[in-house]
Amino acid sequence: MAEPVLRLEGLRKSFGSLIVTDDVTLDVMPGEMHAIIGPNGAGKTTLINQISGLIAPDAGRILFAGADMTALPPETRAMRGLSRSFQITSILPGFPVLENVALAVQARAGSSLRFFGRAAAEPALNAPAMAALEQTGIADRAHVRAGDLSHGEKRALELAMALAVQPTLMLLDEPMAGIGREETERQVDLLLRLKGKLTMILVEHDMAAVFALADRISVMIRGRVLVTGAPEAVRADPQVITAYLGEQME
Amino acid sequence: MPDVALVAEDARRHFRAARGVVAPALIFAAFALVPLLAAWAGQKYLLDVAARMMVLAIAAVALDLLVGYGGLISFGHAAFVGLGAYAVGILSAEGISDALVSLPVAIAVSMLFAWLTGIVCLRTRGAYFIMITLAFGQMIYFVATSLERYGGDNGLSVAARNTVAGWPLLKTDHAFYYFTLACLIAAYLFCRALVVSRFGRVLRGGRENATRMATIGFKVRQFRLVAYVIAGALGGLSGFLLANLTEFVAPTYMSWQQSGELLVMVILGGVGTLDGAIIGSVVYVIAEEWLSGVIENWQVIFGPFLVLVVLFAHGGLIGLRRRLWRFGHG
Amino acid sequence: MSGTLVLVQILNGLQFGVLLFLIAAGLTLVFGVMNFINLAHGVQYMLGAYLAVAFYGVVGNFLAALILALVAALAFGLLLEFLIFRHLYDRDHLDQVIATFGIILFLNHAVKMIWGAAPLALPMPDFFTGSISLMGGQLYPVWRLVVIGAGLAVAAILYLLVSSTRIGMLVRAGSTNAAMVSALGVNIQRLFMIVFGFGTMLAGFAGIMIAPIISVEPGMGDNILILAFVVIVIGGIGSIRGAFVAALLIGLVDTLGRSFSIDILRLMLSPSPARMAGPAIASMLIYVLMAVVLYVRPTGLFPARGR
Repeated sequence: MAEPVLRLEGLRKSFGSLIVTDDVTLDVMPGEMHAIIGPNGAGKTTLINQISGLIAPDAGRILFAGADMTALPPETRAMRGLSRSFQITSILPGFPVLENVALAVQARAGSSLRFFGRAAAEPALNAPAMAALEQTGIADRAHVRAGDLSHGEKRALELAMALAVQPTLMLLDEPMAGIGREETERQVDLLLRLKGKLTMILVEHDMAAVFALADRISVMIRGRVLVTGAPEAVRADPQVITAYLGEQME
Repeated sequence: MPDVALVAEDARRHFRAARGVVAPALIFAAFALVPLLAAWAGQKYLLDVAARMMVLAIAAVALDLLVGYGGLISFGHAAFVGLGAYAVGILSAEGISDALVSLPVAIAVSMLFAWLTGIVCLRTRGAYFIMITLAFGQMIYFVATSLERYGGDNGLSVAARNTVAGWPLLKTDHAFYYFTLACLIAAYLFCRALVVSRFGRVLRGGRENATRMATIGFKVRQFRLVAYVIAGALGGLSGFLLANLTEFVAPTYMSWQQSGELLVMVILGGVGTLDGAIIGSVVYVIAEEWLSGVIENWQVIFGPFLVLVVLFAHGGLIGLRRRLWRFGHG
Repeated sequence: MSGTLVLVQILNGLQFGVLLFLIAAGLTLVFGVMNFINLAHGVQYMLGAYLAVAFYGVVGNFLAALILALVAALAFGLLLEFLIFRHLYDRDHLDQVIATFGIILFLNHAVKMIWGAAPLALPMPDFFTGSISLMGGQLYPVWRLVVIGAGLAVAAILYLLVSSTRIGMLVRAGSTNAAMVSALGVNIQRLFMIVFGFGTMLAGFAGIMIAPIISVEPGMGDNILILAFVVIVIGGIGSIRGAFVAALLIGLVDTLGRSFSIDILRLMLSPSPARMAGPAIASMLIYVLMAVVLYVRPTGLFPARGR
């Protein structure tokens, strides 16, 4: 059996007396599209934050490609091949769209301790950035100020920034939140094309997208992973239906 | 339709770029002409005032780098100026008055202080950062006042302007003036290049959204520390020039009031423009010179003026000009 | 370095610490609840002292002067809040810093214009003049003990207010999430005004209490303001408890450091370098302490906010 790209071992996190991550153990296999679903407040985003390094767990380990990265800061994890998109859009609003993505490219493209030369004009950074923008369908907005984009375009930019670094593991936190049908379809198409080429964790509420994309699904309720398995198995699981999907499928 | 928009956007960018060259070029040309004006009008005083503007402008430009581009509101910037000045003063008191020694020392001392304090300050954010830089500035101020051997509270006279390899190249006011102008232009051009470089982009990105930058892979704190040390170096240069200009060093050079004045210069001109820092220094010195002639306690006028600027003239003078421009063009 | 000398300096350190607490408490409250950096807090302290001197000249009685000065300081503070500060709560910190810096410039020099640059004096109440005898025959001014007592009393009252009253609860809630408090229907503007007014009074009270033992002069609030910042940064912005602990700590470290630095250094160095380095090191002590605390805990010892 192959080494998991990501292994979570007994992850625990509480805020005061509120337990948000309750002994979570999970494996994500290479090339897998692993969806994490659950009702609001289940602790999905907190889990993503712990994986990406923005929150430190109280207990447990996070292993990335076999190496323990529990104590590493987010920057180091990113440089090791982890990338993420944010549930609440977190871009650089004052920069043009292209520069947002070019910065993501710049992080992996040699030293940034260069004090001379116009970074915004570097083809080595702009070309991969443009490619990511084309993939996510917003290449025509490349020179627009990112803060002026529509919500759907901003979500696409989020995705482009996560993609541009050619990550080993991509964490997608509700990429389809609040966007329209057409844009959702475009994103689903893109993610389908990426399937197998990189490993992804997808947190989503859009069940149609989840079942179209996921290889495996983990269901989280109140900080615990209720069940992990293939989509059909999860869909049919009585516990899951009672706790979550029953309401979801209305 | 998209083509026209792109062409218009392109044109606007070129215009802005041209304006970005013209404005500072005009300012530097104006500075270059002051000695001629002063000679013609027989007012040496003009030369001194303009030189002081330029010296402070160097510190202000460095501060704008931190505040406007890094999002780091340092209320202790005068400490670097003071350290640079005291390097000159102390070396001079100990018999070393060659610029080839005192300039590198001034810059090195400021950079060291910036590095040591930056390591602590930059672990904090927002308001904490402001207060800590204020505190460190105060610390250096008190250390200076406690140096009995070097004047203590009253400060220290510098015997003479620094020589260069033994030659009194900076002795005449004109020579020193143009040397200062050259330093200002060099500092300005360096900062201009810096802010559009890869380094500058990381710094600016960190100001917009530090969390995002971290998850992209940038150790933002390290970049900020480098920026802080660079600002310290430029502050040290400013201090070196100040000590040579006035041939005097005093703890007030590193007082928190002086740090506040530098911040005022930056915002008066417009934060995050670099040009604004120079404009702000000019405006501030003019205001101070003019107002203090009108009324001894000129701060009772300047203080409320600052409040009004903050409340109503957001973006300083450059912002005001931009708004008037937009207003005039519908 | 006798035992009584150490005791005297410890008492001085406590008195200084208590003074710092009175000023820092208002500062940290205002920052904690309104996210407002108020550099002008130091001039509020100065104004308290000046108003007390002014009223004393009219009524000739310390207690009456104290009450009148407190009321006047409060009124002035609320006026500033109404005219200027409340428009700055939504602005970024740079704007707040520049605007309050402008107010410091204005007030420091307005005071100089009105009362002159020469230091003024405020006589302390007759009942408390004089000294009491500590162990070993050392005399210690009663008024300083009064200041310590008053400060501790205020600290206790503040603690009770914040932990046991409804307003106190709102303040604590507002410290962590002002938007939420507002959404719950509380008149946030009135809450801000109350918090600000209270902070102003604390600063003014500190100025009045300390006036009899120091010189009342323009700019007297500036250095102590920066120390107050050090206090709240070490204590944790928004935390009254943190301000109390940090204020006493700084008061003691600074006072004892200044008094005994030369003596302590003489244990390690010869007299001459000790005498030269002593004052310099003493003046750096609390800042080094601040640096050490912040290196280990960048948000202070007892951070109130979740940031």
